[in-house]
Formats: sequence, structure tokens, C-alpha cells
Amino acid sequence: MIAALFRRLGQTLFVLFGISVLVFLVFFATPGADPTSRIAGKNASPETMARVRHEYGFDRPLPVQYATMMKKLFITRDLASYVDRGELVVPEIVQAAPVTLSLATGGAVIWVVMSVVMGTTAAAFRGTLIDRGLMILGLIGISIPVFWLGQVANLITQARYHDTWLFSWVPGLGYIPFSESPLGWFRALIIPWIVLAVLFIGIYGRVLRADLIAVSGEDFMRTARAKGLSPARVLLVHGLRTSMITFVSLFGLDFAQLIGGGALLTEVVFGLQGVGRLTYQALSNLDLPLIMASVMYSAVFVVLANAVVDMVYVFLDPRVRDAR
Amino acid sequence: MRAEAPLLEVHDLSVSFRSRGRYIPIVEKVSFSVGSREILGIVGESGSGKSVTAMAIMGLIDAPDVKITGSARFRGQELVGLPQKAFRHLRGRDIAMIFQDPMTAFTPVYTIGWQIDEQIRAHEALSKTGARARTVQLLGDMGVPDPERTANRYPHQLSGGLRQRAMIAMALSCNPVMLIADEPTTALDVTVQAQILDLLRNLRHNYGSSVLLITHDMGVVAETCDNVMVLYSGRVAERGPGEAIFAQPAHPYTAALLDSIPPLTGPRPARLPSIAGSPPAPLERPSGCAFAPRCHYAHESCVMLPPLISYGSQDVACVLPVEGRPLPPRVVADVA
Repeated sequence: MIAALFRRLGQTLFVLFGISVLVFLVFFATPGADPTSRIAGKNASPETMARVRHEYGFDRPLPVQYATMMKKLFITRDLASYVDRGELVVPEIVQAAPVTLSLATGGAVIWVVMSVVMGTTAAAFRGTLIDRGLMILGLIGISIPVFWLGQVANLITQARYHDTWLFSWVPGLGYIPFSESPLGWFRALIIPWIVLAVLFIGIYGRVLRADLIAVSGEDFMRTARAKGLSPARVLLVHGLRTSMITFVSLFGLDFAQLIGGGALLTEVVFGLQGVGRLTYQALSNLDLPLIMASVMYSAVFVVLANAVVDMVYVFLDPRVRDAR
Repeated sequence: MRAEAPLLEVHDLSVSFRSRGRYIPIVEKVSFSVGSREILGIVGESGSGKSVTAMAIMGLIDAPDVKITGSARFRGQELVGLPQKAFRHLRGRDIAMIFQDPMTAFTPVYTIGWQIDEQIRAHEALSKTGARARTVQLLGDMGVPDPERTANRYPHQLSGGLRQRAMIAMALSCNPVMLIADEPTTALDVTVQAQILDLLRNLRHNYGSSVLLITHDMGVVAETCDNVMVLYSGRVAERGPGEAIFAQPAHPYTAALLDSIPPLTGPRPARLPSIAGSPPAPLERPSGCAFAPRCHYAHESCVMLPPLISYGSQDVACVLPVEGRPLPPRVVADVA
């Protein structure tokens, strides 16, 4: 058990190292993408260029530059932005992370609950109008662009109907830390959560329905019915439980992607200063330290999420338990 | 309920599936009865309607485009058209079923014991520990070594034979009066097969259960069954006591099936006789005798559907006995 844990940790470190090297090389060693000229600005004199190059250490060999950057990122944590001079990168990430984490977690809770309800109901009423209706709703959810849905939600709750009893509780755009006011946190995030979840409810509901229907043709479902169990028990205890295995692997990937900054559009629309927005800013300014930091941050989460999914697998599927 | 009434009495049971606007008959007017503690074998090739018959009796066919007509009375209660809710109380408690492939018939994510407990607790108000005690007892009775530990194992951790034993234990968990075994030994190797058949044979003494044994293997029937019903292309070809049928099959199909079993004694045939051709698809079923296209004895009177007539102790759907030239008795009753 402990050996497996260590092996996993080793793998994680190796993956993170690989990602950091790749990102570093993409931005530092790509021909024509000299960071010096970007920092020094357009039409900088050769003297300025030389000064900047020396100051930032770009005149030293690449491995040294890489090592320095990693040291500043992970050990001394004083890596500063190239664009806003003096702005430390690590605190920025630390500040943005809770926002994204809150957004993604809340959204995930909503989408898991809703999609399980939707997929199971559709499978139970397969072929009926209920099934059709739910699947069309799911398709609509998948098709609506999240930025549009977000803007419409804002228009309704922030502008047009904000003064009615229905939406007067909605606070202005932005994030309220949980530690400051749990209720405010919830109020500020509930609409972003729903908007973020809509797409995933559609996808997961449809996937789960298809899975449940595929499973319902299996021998063990026939056995369960032959045992004299109620249809609900057959569907939930035998069908849904078995279908959860696919569901979880899909969820792990999507959730990690969101934590790592994939909720960019939702963050922008609702004025949330999350990791996605930070990454977006870093990329548009080509602010390498910030890019590096946010990529490493998301990589950690993706790898972590994969590890968690593997653990949940072991819990869900006894066959996996024996295979290790 | 009269004492002499059979446990299960099936009369003119037909099952048809709708496809492209019309109904395709899968099982046509099948009648048979199973008495208390009797073992009835239903024999036939793949697609002859054996499994569909069993599924129809169990009420496990509930697709909207399937039509089931006729009657199946179980202890006087009509099963055809019985609402699912009422069926649920019968299934697992009064009629239990074992399936062909024990590899896939258990839900992979629960332990064997959990699944047997589940069935017991679905029908009886029993505590978890009470149910588990019975589960362990049953597994032990079925010859599962170390039943307590085996109950806590997952289906994939057991061998095929053990899984089938567990399956039978699960089927017997609520003392059903009837057990439907759908090809219970097909997926197992021969030695295990013999053990499982032994188990089934002893059920009537130890549990007082009747068994409906569905198989395509005449050898299995010879070893196990009191009565036999041979199905061909969804219709009854022949029906009667096992011994009589093995000694003197009255339907050419039965005779051909028996001929295709390798003899245990005497000279080994260079080539085992087989039945040429294949059974007709339900859509292309001839209006006359369905076996006629593959039959050595086919002649002009076979274009009419032969009625099931009584011949000796058997019932047979063939014109030969009526025309005064029945099949000869078999020389060696070597299958048993």
C-alpha cells in the first residue's frame, strides 16, 4: 500500500517535471520568441536590451534559467511577473485558487446530482415522452454557449429583474470569500454554479442514460429482475451502481480541467478573479512566470484528480482492486 | 387447488415479436405441464424458443412489442398477463431461475453473499445476520468449500463452477417450488457439468423443488430428466417420458438428435451423423411441418401442419405414426 503510494508520488513528480520543462521550452527556446524583446518593449535600444537580458538572467544557459525559475517558483516563492514589475506570482495564484475551487466544486455538486437524476429518470422512462423531453433539454443545455447563458443570467438577475423580490438577493458581480460570509459566498456563486453546470448536466445526463440502457441488457440485470426485486431497486442498486464506473472517470477529467482554469468563460462573465482568468491574462501578455505558475498549478490538480479517480475506482470496482 | 393438478400447466403458449409492422411467431402453441418434484427437460437447438418460453413464464419479457398469448397456470394462478407487481412476489420466491452464463449473471460490483442476502431479504422479513446465516448454509449445501469466506468474495474471484453453485444457492434461497434452469451447464467444463447436474437432480429430494431444465444437450436430458419436451422451430415436436423417448423416438428430429450423440460403447463411427441444414428463421417457417426440409422421411403429407397426437406414452407432431410406419426403436440405449 505504502509502496504503491510512493510509486504514485514518484509518477506525479515525474509528470510535473515533464510539463514544466515543456512549458519552459515552448516560451524560452522557441526561435523568434525572445522574452527580452518582449519585456524591453518595442524599439528598445541595444543597451536596454542588454541590460534587461542581464537583469533577468536571459544571458545564462537554458538549464540554469530553468533551475532558477523553478527555485523561485517552488522554493523561495518570489517569482515576479515580467509584465507588472514586482508583482509576485505565487500569491496571485494562491488568491485566485479558492475562487476557482469554489466555482468548480459547487458547479460539480449541482451537475452530478442533476445529471444522475436526469439520466436515471430518462432511462427509467425510456421511450416515453419524459425520456424524449429530458434528452432534448440535455441537448439544449449542451448547445447553449456558456458565455451567452451567463450574460442572459446577468441581464435578468443583475439588471432587468434585480429590483423584484425574485432576484433582489443577488449580490453584484464578483467573489465573496467564504471566510468573510458563507451566505454571501453562496449567493454570489449560486448563479455562476448553475450556468457552469448546465453544459455538464446535459452531457452527463445523456451519457448516463446511454450507459444505463446498455447495462439493462446485461445478464446480471435479468438476474436481478428474476430475483423478484422492484424495478427501482434493479435500476438503482444494480444498474446505476455499475454505470457509475464510467461516470466517475469522465467526472475526474472534467473536474480537474475546471479546477485548472477551464472555467475561464464563466469566470470572465461573472467577474470572478479565478485561475482561468489569471491564465488568460498571462497568456495575452505573454507573462511567462505567471503562465509557468498557473500551468504548474493546473497540472498539479489534473494529476491529483487522476489519482483520486483511480482511488475511487478501487472503491467502486472490485475487479480493479484485484488487478493491482 | 386440487391435489392432482400439476404445479405448472402451460397451454397453447405463443410468443411473437413485432417487427416492421407484423408479428413474428417465436414460440407457437406450446403446451406442457410440470408436476410436483418433476424434472422436465426442454430440448432444442438455438433459436427453437426454449429460452423465450422460460422467460415468458417468468414474466421477464416486458418489451412493449411482444405479444404473449395462451395460458400458463402456476398453482392455479394465471401467469400470462399477470401484472409485473404481482409477478415480483412470485419471482425469486416461488419460481426461481438459473442462467446459462454464471460469468455475467452476477452483478460484478457486489459480493456473492450480498447478492444472495438481497434476494432473501426481498421476500422475507429477515435481519442481515439471519439472511447471511442462511446464505452460508445454502452455499455449504451446494458444495461450496469454505462458504463463509466465499460469501464475501466477488463474482470475478470465483471459478465458473463455484459461480454456478452460488447461482443455484441464490435461486434456492427462498425455497422455490419451481426452478427454471436455462442451460445451466453449457458454460462449464464436463466434470463440473456432472457435479452441477447431480446437484439439480437432488433438489427434489432435498428441497422438494420441480425443475424445468432447458438445454440443447440430449446427454444432459438423459442423465437428469423425468419427462422431455423437444422443441423445434418454436413448436413442440415431441413430448413424453424420457425413457420412452430415448428408447423409441417417434419424431424424426428427436431420432436425429439422439443419433448425433457419440456412442459410449461399440465401434466409434467414422463420422458422427449430423442433421443437414439449419432450422428455419422464424420468418421463413414453413406452414407445414417445420422440420420437413431437413427430414429424411419428408413426403407430400408433410405440407400440412401435423397435429400433436398421442403415440404410446408420448405425444408427437409427426404424420409417420398415423400413417402406420413409425420410426424403429433405437438399438442401443447408450446415452444414459
